[in-house]
Amino acid sequence: MKQHKSKVVSYNKWGYIFLAPFAITYIIFSLIPLITTVYNSFFENYRSGLTQIGPNFVGLGNFATLLSNGDLAMYFSNTMIMWVMGFIPQILLSLLLGAWFSDPQLRLKCAGFFKSVIYLPNLIMASAFAMLFFTLFSDTGPINSILISLGIGQFKFMTHVWSVRALVAFMNLLMWFGNTTILLMAGMLGIDTALFEAAQVDGATSTQVFFKITLPLLRPILIYVMITSLVGGLQMFDVPQILTNGSGDPMRSSMTLIMYLNKHLFSKNYGLAGALSVLLFFITGILSLIVFKVTNTKVE
Amino acid sequence: MSKKVLAMLMATATVASTFAPMVGAEDAAEGKVLNIYCWNDEFQTRVKDHFPGYTEVDATHGTIGDVDVVWTITPTTDNAYQNNLDEKLLGQADAAADDKIDLFLLEADYALKYVGSDFTMPVADLGITDEDTAQQFQYTKDIVTDANGVLKGLSWQGCPAVLIYRRDIANEVLGSDDPETVQAAVADWDTFLATAAQMKDAGYLMTAGAADTFRVFSNNVTSKWVTDDNKINIDENIMNWVDLSKQMIDNGYTTTAALWGDDWSKGFYEDGNVFCYFGPAWFFDFSMAGDAEGSVGINGGWAVTEGPQPFFWGGTWIAAATGTDNPTLVADIMKTLTCDQEVMTAIAQTKGDFVNNQAAMEALATDESFGDKILGGQNPISMFLAGIGSIDMSYLSNYDQGCNESFQTAMNNYFEGNATLEEAIELFNTSVIEKYPELSPADVPAAE
Repeated sequence: MKQHKSKVVSYNKWGYIFLAPFAITYIIFSLIPLITTVYNSFFENYRSGLTQIGPNFVGLGNFATLLSNGDLAMYFSNTMIMWVMGFIPQILLSLLLGAWFSDPQLRLKCAGFFKSVIYLPNLIMASAFAMLFFTLFSDTGPINSILISLGIGQFKFMTHVWSVRALVAFMNLLMWFGNTTILLMAGMLGIDTALFEAAQVDGATSTQVFFKITLPLLRPILIYVMITSLVGGLQMFDVPQILTNGSGDPMRSSMTLIMYLNKHLFSKNYGLAGALSVLLFFITGILSLIVFKVTNTKVE
Repeated sequence: MSKKVLAMLMATATVASTFAPMVGAEDAAEGKVLNIYCWNDEFQTRVKDHFPGYTEVDATHGTIGDVDVVWTITPTTDNAYQNNLDEKLLGQADAAADDKIDLFLLEADYALKYVGSDFTMPVADLGITDEDTAQQFQYTKDIVTDANGVLKGLSWQGCPAVLIYRRDIANEVLGSDDPETVQAAVADWDTFLATAAQMKDAGYLMTAGAADTFRVFSNNVTSKWVTDDNKINIDENIMNWVDLSKQMIDNGYTTTAALWGDDWSKGFYEDGNVFCYFGPAWFFDFSMAGDAEGSVGINGGWAVTEGPQPFFWGGTWIAAATGTDNPTLVADIMKTLTCDQEVMTAIAQTKGDFVNNQAAMEALATDESFGDKILGGQNPISMFLAGIGSIDMSYLSNYDQGCNESFQTAMNNYFEGNATLEEAIELFNTSVIEKYPELSPADVPAAE
């Protein structure tokens, strides 16, 4: 009896040992920074030139500064608008491609090749990708040369609110649809083929099969894709940053929350940046909860 | 063998000339690594070509005698150079001797930030005397003199700037590429605008972007960007730039292209359509693609004239970092590259730089045989010398770089028609206060 008990304890020990690397890394690189960020958000702490100002405790002063001017709401809506503009076409495209790739009846040739190809844009660094688009769509760039030679005339992509946002959304779409397709495909391949066969025997069209069988059973994967994409969308930074040279122009209509956060890097403003990060943490948490609740209740 | 001899000779020479009374005994203990912080390879080229004993190892390493030279080159974009430099300087006291910054470069826009701090060494402490710097132009010393009148950096170049125009376009539109004819067409801002209209009719842009003329106005201000009570201040002359630029953009005489971007630099090439740029010697010498196939400069297609108003642009200063473990070598580099008249003349002759030595420049100004290849053999020195006296550095502030950048970015929204002038100024306020949280916003002029 005694021997048996000690065996349990020693198994537990191994459990902890295997957990330790994750726990230690998490505490050092995530938890401690998270707590210091919250701590920093209560202080006035920045550098003017080479002169350090603070840290002086200001309570919720930084939050008041951030929330009192309407800019934060604008950057939030910019971020969400650009995310939705990219995400909706992305999820539709991915569902379509996922359904095609996972449908054995279509007998697609070179499926493996195409799966790799659609994933490729994700392998390019986002900033390099944005730089490429910046050059392509600049006022005297190749796209404008084509437009001029077609007789349409020059279009200044970077000076119109919606063209800049559309470019950002399009780049995010291009970069992420391959990743989403592969996730959705994995979900679709996990569905019992007997269900599809049964549906076909009952005379269901492929549209009906997709909406009545594939989609409902894909819900858990869809929730996962939505939440990860939402969190990724809220953290949107490199693409609009490089495309607009950090300005978020025209009139900051393409400035995202993280680009705004980055603006505080100039003065090493740990206080305001910390407060902004804390707000962002709550926004992300609340939005994820909403997505989770909404999509989960429908299942029942 | 010869390297060793050279190194010994150099060490003796420097000790004898500059440091004999001060740190002669310490010399043997000086560091084996010289860390230099800069933002491009311009200074590196100067050291390579004109500092005796420098041997290049690769793009970021070299040797001087038995000292390894390590170049840390960070671009200025998005403040990256200063961010990196600041981190290193703030950690300077705790860094190992071989990791300490020994020498770093500064630009006029933010020189005050470093000169006013204890991170830069007075040049007198390096053994460089007023006599050594006597031939340098006064304003180059004013910029790097702190509030107590202590000189803390030196420069090898002057940066009075001129209007640089394309000879072929001048011939076609103005009838002559003679500097006097062109000067008459750009003598003040009204004639400049009239000429811009002519250029447009002929299918050319007057300037590549509105930002080109910005410094001409911002260098002729009569107040600082920030008042003594930490309020942002927009000088009247800056608003004159806004008026001119808005007119030029609305009429299609120029664009909103940002400096250094692709759209802007297309005008450096034969198939570009830009009549003129504004800039100092280093600009056409170093930045206008003068060696590139198909550029205007490679065939000497540019020429210079004084332009509507005198101004300056940039300039690079060398500062010794406090705590350097190579003071003798740093002093030697500073002295050789900024005080030695022979070296200065050589830099001017081979690179077309306007060097920081009155005697050398005056001699070159009258030298018939001296001409700049990019300018088709024109000797620009007398035009620079004419402008250098009017350079007034008294309205520099610690905030210049951030304000100049934010202002132009914000105004582009107004120029493109995406914002009213008032909205653009509010955006400028927001952007500056993000950079300098201690400032209060500038007054926004009431809408008309």
